[in-house]
Amino acid sequence: MTIQFNDETFRDDYSFHNSPWAIKRFPFPFDKDDYMYSVNMEPHKGGRDGSVFQNRFDVDEHYVSEMRDRAKVLSDDPLRCQSLPHMTLAGWDLLELIMVSKSEDYPDMFELHRDGDTWRWINKPLGIDDTFTFLDEATLPYGPMEYITRQTQGDFAVLDQRDDNLWMDAGMITTQADWSLDFDIGMNFFEWHAPVPLAHEKGIFVRALKFLLNIQQGAPARRLNWTMTVNPLLDTSPENYHKWGIQKTELTPENIGSKQHLRVELQTFFRLPRSNGMVFPIRCYLCSFQDLMTVPKWGRRLHRVIRDLPEELATYKGFIDNRPMMLDYLSQFDDGQPTSLGIWPDLETEPPLKK
Amino acid sequence: MSGAEKITVKVTDIVPLNELVTRFKFERTDGALLPTFSGGAHTVVEMKDGSVTRLNPYSLMSDPMDQRAYTISVRRDDQGRGGSLFMHRKVKVGDEMTLSYPVNLFALDLRAKKHLFFAGGIGITPFLAQIKQLERTGGKWELHYACRSHALGSYVDELTDKYPNQVHIYYDENDQKINLEHLLDGQPLGTHIYVCGPKGMIGWVRETAATLGWPREAVHYEEFLAPQSGKPFEVKLAISNKVIQVGEHESLLEAIERAGVDAPYLCRGGACGQCETDVVECDGKILHRDHWLDDAEHASGKKIMPCVSRFEGKTLVLDR
Repeated sequence: MTIQFNDETFRDDYSFHNSPWAIKRFPFPFDKDDYMYSVNMEPHKGGRDGSVFQNRFDVDEHYVSEMRDRAKVLSDDPLRCQSLPHMTLAGWDLLELIMVSKSEDYPDMFELHRDGDTWRWINKPLGIDDTFTFLDEATLPYGPMEYITRQTQGDFAVLDQRDDNLWMDAGMITTQADWSLDFDIGMNFFEWHAPVPLAHEKGIFVRALKFLLNIQQGAPARRLNWTMTVNPLLDTSPENYHKWGIQKTELTPENIGSKQHLRVELQTFFRLPRSNGMVFPIRCYLCSFQDLMTVPKWGRRLHRVIRDLPEELATYKGFIDNRPMMLDYLSQFDDGQPTSLGIWPDLETEPPLKK
Repeated sequence: MSGAEKITVKVTDIVPLNELVTRFKFERTDGALLPTFSGGAHTVVEMKDGSVTRLNPYSLMSDPMDQRAYTISVRRDDQGRGGSLFMHRKVKVGDEMTLSYPVNLFALDLRAKKHLFFAGGIGITPFLAQIKQLERTGGKWELHYACRSHALGSYVDELTDKYPNQVHIYYDENDQKINLEHLLDGQPLGTHIYVCGPKGMIGWVRETAATLGWPREAVHYEEFLAPQSGKPFEVKLAISNKVIQVGEHESLLEAIERAGVDAPYLCRGGACGQCETDVVECDGKILHRDHWLDDAEHASGKKIMPCVSRFEGKTLVLDR
């Protein structure tokens, strides 16, 4: 197989780590030196070779360990995966989308053999070889959405479309930035976004919904979102806040480089053909500050973005208390030189740090 | 590029069903499978008619599970602008054509305990795909289908043969009429209504359901409008800084596209809202024909749907 999978944890001893390859392809979310909300959607139709945008569902070195972490979260709290009764067809849609995409994009790791409704799915990294009947739930060990998302990195919000709105009627949510499927299940687009500051006033959600309702088959879209996480935790859920919230107070000037992580979500949006629903995969990428600082352009830019971010956003994203310590650390990597436009590391063309 | 993604297909079968309706079958030219779709979806068929390119939406009526071919049924409209006449007279088996990916503006509400369908004439086509989908997934449905005459009753025989207990046919020529109030009175809780057919029928079903207290969310309808011919008019496009002439048999959207301006669209039938355009200046009368904008928006003169609406008067400036 072309990818060497890490054996690592996202809890307890936090042995999670990024290889130089993973750092270079990290989806740095800031395309310029300041940040404000925008709908910032683009077509999800490939991207630079080797980048996280290249394939419909990115598989990287964290795959096997992330799936192990998901299984652990689900065994502790089965309500992280829910599907209302009318969403089963959408679950089959998602299973089909992922199996077809992964077997085409990673033929060395995944195989799908279809003979009418009899499907054989081979997932080599996880050692799975199952034969089942498409659209017959009884032939799978879990419902179709749960089955395939136990084998796919990222959270999945599966949305029903009706009455000119989108409804959070199913999902697999174990790597979330502090929101709860069990709380949001059955809500519409405006209801589940109600806690977000500033964006409502700017009319962002009205425009975003209009855009999403018009996403059509064959034309998926994507955007990046971000927040901050202390320790490489995938499961920063409200259900477990009592376990991870306290860790934000454990940051010191000595450990911030390795403990503080930029958390980036690659959010993609696909129309589901058989159900006319939508799937909203939310893929989480983590990178420690010290690893990010190995890219001079990102060091300069991250300092400027965090320094100039409006207070409401720093509060909402949960790092307002740690911002001064972050800025002390990050300012060491900002020599005031200009940065090139766009998110790419530009290692060959951007000057090294002059300090 | 506006509109949904495109697929190149060839015409593999043409079957005249009766005096007015002909069925067309399409398969991909590259031999690959077509995308699956949901019952109620349409495709936009691109017709190269000499120097004119027409883009008309037609409901997909084939089995959504069958990815080998799509089928549509086209009713000939002798008074129309020529799209259906082109399909009937010019298209031959073996021709290469371009379809859009399926787009669904008339989807089933999958929460429904029962789906109650009302079809009028050629409005039967989306229900043919929805019935196949529900048969496959075990959904409960019932169809009430009004046709002008036995001779023009497309797919009546297939439907009544296969589903004698679920399909009810009403012929105008026999003075048969759907007993709507009675039907709506006896439905189980959680039933959803779907209607596709002539404007009058859609209005009748929606109003009757509303009067009887049915929730708005449980009543679904689809009506594609064909753009209508009208007097030629002139339009200024403010952003692209162009003055264009809209011909008698051309829609405003088509004239904008002919001028090389990429304008958003999806259904091209006044239903989806994609082509909604702001009016910068208007000295005259906008002839609104869509059912996307509401009455207040129509009256305001601030918005127009260029796929079906026209203009009469001195000056019209659009934000495009």
